[in-house]
Amino acid sequence: MHPFVAALLGGALVGLSASLLLLLQGRIAGISGILGGLLPPTPGDIDWRVTFVAGLVTAGAIAGALTPDAFDAAPLRTGGVTAAAGLLVGYGTRLGNGCTSGHGICGLTRFSGRSLASVLTFMAAGGLTVFIVEHILGGLR
Amino acid sequence: MRRAVTAYLTGLLFGVGLLLGGMTQPSKVNGFLNIMGDWDPSLMFVMGGGIVTHLALYRWITRRPAPLLEARFMIPTRKDIDARLIIGAVIFGVGWGLGGFCPGPGLVSVTQGGNALAFVGAMMLGMRLHSLQAS
Repeated sequence: MHPFVAALLGGALVGLSASLLLLLQGRIAGISGILGGLLPPTPGDIDWRVTFVAGLVTAGAIAGALTPDAFDAAPLRTGGVTAAAGLLVGYGTRLGNGCTSGHGICGLTRFSGRSLASVLTFMAAGGLTVFIVEHILGGLR
Repeated sequence: MRRAVTAYLTGLLFGVGLLLGGMTQPSKVNGFLNIMGDWDPSLMFVMGGGIVTHLALYRWITRRPAPLLEARFMIPTRKDIDARLIIGAVIFGVGWGLGGFCPGPGLVSVTQGGNALAFVGAMMLGMRLHSLQAS
């Protein structure tokens, strides 16, 4: 399958999943919000967050067994850089109320100005970071 | 119980979409964000496919008086663009470019161990630090 076709189909499944969560629970499928709502957990609002995250993890575990090339064979950066990245992603998505899914797919679908501002900002920050890492710092591999 | 089971299946579907779209390959995210290098635009199609599909279903779903399993829709209504939104997006974007993972693909990749596991552990710590500071 051409990568663009796979990307389009993959995106369509993500959009379908977001629609199902909205139809069933009336909620926005923002992954940082779903996970962040467990850190710390609120009584009565735990089960579906845990099982949604478990669904994500299960999908990856199955793919790892069936089609390992769904993942990179070699790490993109050093472990230390990747851990620092995780810290920034966790803190930043909670401060800014969303990530690629909540603002990117769900927010842009609602024509939310906040989400558009967020998407333009994190795309620009990500692009600038990759420029510095790849073209100035030599890739940090 | 129904809520937990349907959320599991919804998460599973979300994960399959991310995998098929190539989002679980940090090298692809890096290629997408590397617009001054050998640019790989394919991840734009993930977002495009997601938005078009969700848009097609969104109006039909929200015309209902309520979702199937809850009393009401919980859709964000804020319109103000404040400093927290922008600063948060900057911090997230730097982390996304640095690691090549955003939250969903990180969780999908966690069973692969290595960098994905380190990313998810640190991401959860970052989220907890934010909630400590905000409370």
